[in-house]
Amino acid sequence: MVKRQFDYEQKIKDLKGKLEELNDLSKNMQFDLSNEIEILEQKIQEDRETRYQNLEPWEKVLLSRNPERPGAVDYIAALCDDWVELHGDRCFSEDAAIIAGIGSFEGQPLTILGYRKGKNTKENLLFNFGMPNPEGYRKIERLLRQAEKFNRPVLTFIDTPGAYPGIGAEERGQAWSISKVLMTMASLKVPVLAVVTGEGGSGGALTLAVSDRLLMLSNAVFSVATPEACASILWKDLERVEEMAMAMKITAQDLFGLDIVDEIIAEPVGGAHLNYEATIAEVKTAIKKHLSDIIARDRDELLAERYRKLRNIGRFNE
Amino acid sequence: MIKNTFIRKKYFPITPNIDQLQTQIRANLSTTTCPGCSSRVSDDTLAENLRVCPKCKHHFSISAGQRIELIADSGSFKEFNTGLSSINILDFPGYEEKLEKANEKSSLQEAIITGYASIGGHSIILAVMDSRFMMASMGSVVGEKVCRAVEHAIETRCPIVICTSSGGARMQEGMISLMQMAKTSAAINKLNEAGLLYISILTHPTTGGVSASFASLADIIIAEPGALVGFAGPRVIKQTIGQQLPEKFQHSEFLLEHGMIDIILERSQIRDKLTCLLNLHKGGNNG
Repeated sequence: MVKRQFDYEQKIKDLKGKLEELNDLSKNMQFDLSNEIEILEQKIQEDRETRYQNLEPWEKVLLSRNPERPGAVDYIAALCDDWVELHGDRCFSEDAAIIAGIGSFEGQPLTILGYRKGKNTKENLLFNFGMPNPEGYRKIERLLRQAEKFNRPVLTFIDTPGAYPGIGAEERGQAWSISKVLMTMASLKVPVLAVVTGEGGSGGALTLAVSDRLLMLSNAVFSVATPEACASILWKDLERVEEMAMAMKITAQDLFGLDIVDEIIAEPVGGAHLNYEATIAEVKTAIKKHLSDIIARDRDELLAERYRKLRNIGRFNE
Repeated sequence: MIKNTFIRKKYFPITPNIDQLQTQIRANLSTTTCPGCSSRVSDDTLAENLRVCPKCKHHFSISAGQRIELIADSGSFKEFNTGLSSINILDFPGYEEKLEKANEKSSLQEAIITGYASIGGHSIILAVMDSRFMMASMGSVVGEKVCRAVEHAIETRCPIVICTSSGGARMQEGMISLMQMAKTSAAINKLNEAGLLYISILTHPTTGGVSASFASLADIIIAEPGALVGFAGPRVIKQTIGQQLPEKFQHSEFLLEHGMIDIILERSQIRDKLTCLLNLHKGGNNG
């Protein structure tokens, strides 16, 4: 059976509950077990840390999809002093799956673009589960050009299952809207910093990842297609998703090894969703460091390097 | 006596005409059932007709070699970057075997052929994908060869024509193949900066990572009739929305109607129209 939920935390909770009971019992019986209990608590803590350092890729997929995880909206609220959300593609409609606007990060105005997933069913319906239609990509395109006009650096947050596979999306040119953003991002004349905060799914997620620096949270994943899609297409067997998640090399650590990711941002033990404060603090430090670095760089050099980095991705025999 | 003729015989003696049967089998072997109109077309007729069904104009897939013969001036094609071949970057199970099989099936090194050619006397760079090689999915080699072809176009200041057909990104190369979308799109931008003409010819099928990168970024987009072009495959869309898809959904006629492509051209018209477009662009952006 394929694991559909990462339930390790529940086990820890149960164990801690048992320890609590033991504690009460020892008090009532006036039999001091506090030493033993402390040792056990420490042991649980150690076990938990080791567990989280050795997560299977599929477990990371499940963690990265946890709806409780902080998303673009949370990071923007915590990191920006000022924030104005902007809407619409000026062609067809607004796409709520993309959050976009101008914010101020430590006094530096930024154009911020991100995917927006819901934390509950109502929000998910509103934000289309974080899956943009072409309007979303055209809104991105519009605001990238605006950032360029005002010489404003761009910061992006990535967390999406991918572009929406719908009739309307195809009618209005999903492929065309995505390729346009890819091309624009590759040559945008302002610094671009991208952070993968959760799930990076396929070409629909890649649009906001074309950047000068690509950062990734330690339990985030990025893949060419979902492990489910790959297992069903390549192996015709949905039961083998765990194996597929392993084979596809989708974790932050794998992608750092493949020179696609520039830095891994450590999440607190248990995952980003259990400690917003600590996660946001880590993300803030990383953004600050890389942003000041790329803003300080000579612009032509930065653009040349962005192109070179993209141009060099790929390995083959010759 | 007469009565006898009305008696139903249970068994008829059959003396098979072996010769006739053999010719029949042979004839069946050398015909193809057209997926468009279900009629049987003899392979000779199909070959004469550029592999287009004479009855319903269904465009059958053709190899990269046939495509080059069809649109380039005779004998003008000179292939470059022939030595690139894929490696199993991620140690993905079974990838080497897949590559080997694709190589045997198509006798190609990879899913795209690139080179110098001329059309109507105009020197161009020509790149042609071949769906017999792993559905012409884009991995490192396809991405690299597209980029190099673009760079050759910039160096020689020639227009570039790319004939696409692809199932999308090559899953066996994971994120590296996804990044080829960004890499090729970035290269097309260099072409735009250089003011050079890029014409893409979308053939059946062009989907996923190729449709959402270099294929849809051309100055002029041509498609063959009935070619399926889109980002998500019809099966995925059907599964997601749980509805029947409209007729001709994602076919070139549908795309033309929705403003996504410039022209639909039957196979036999492509060379002439390309010549005409190249004539009109003589001198590039300085002209």
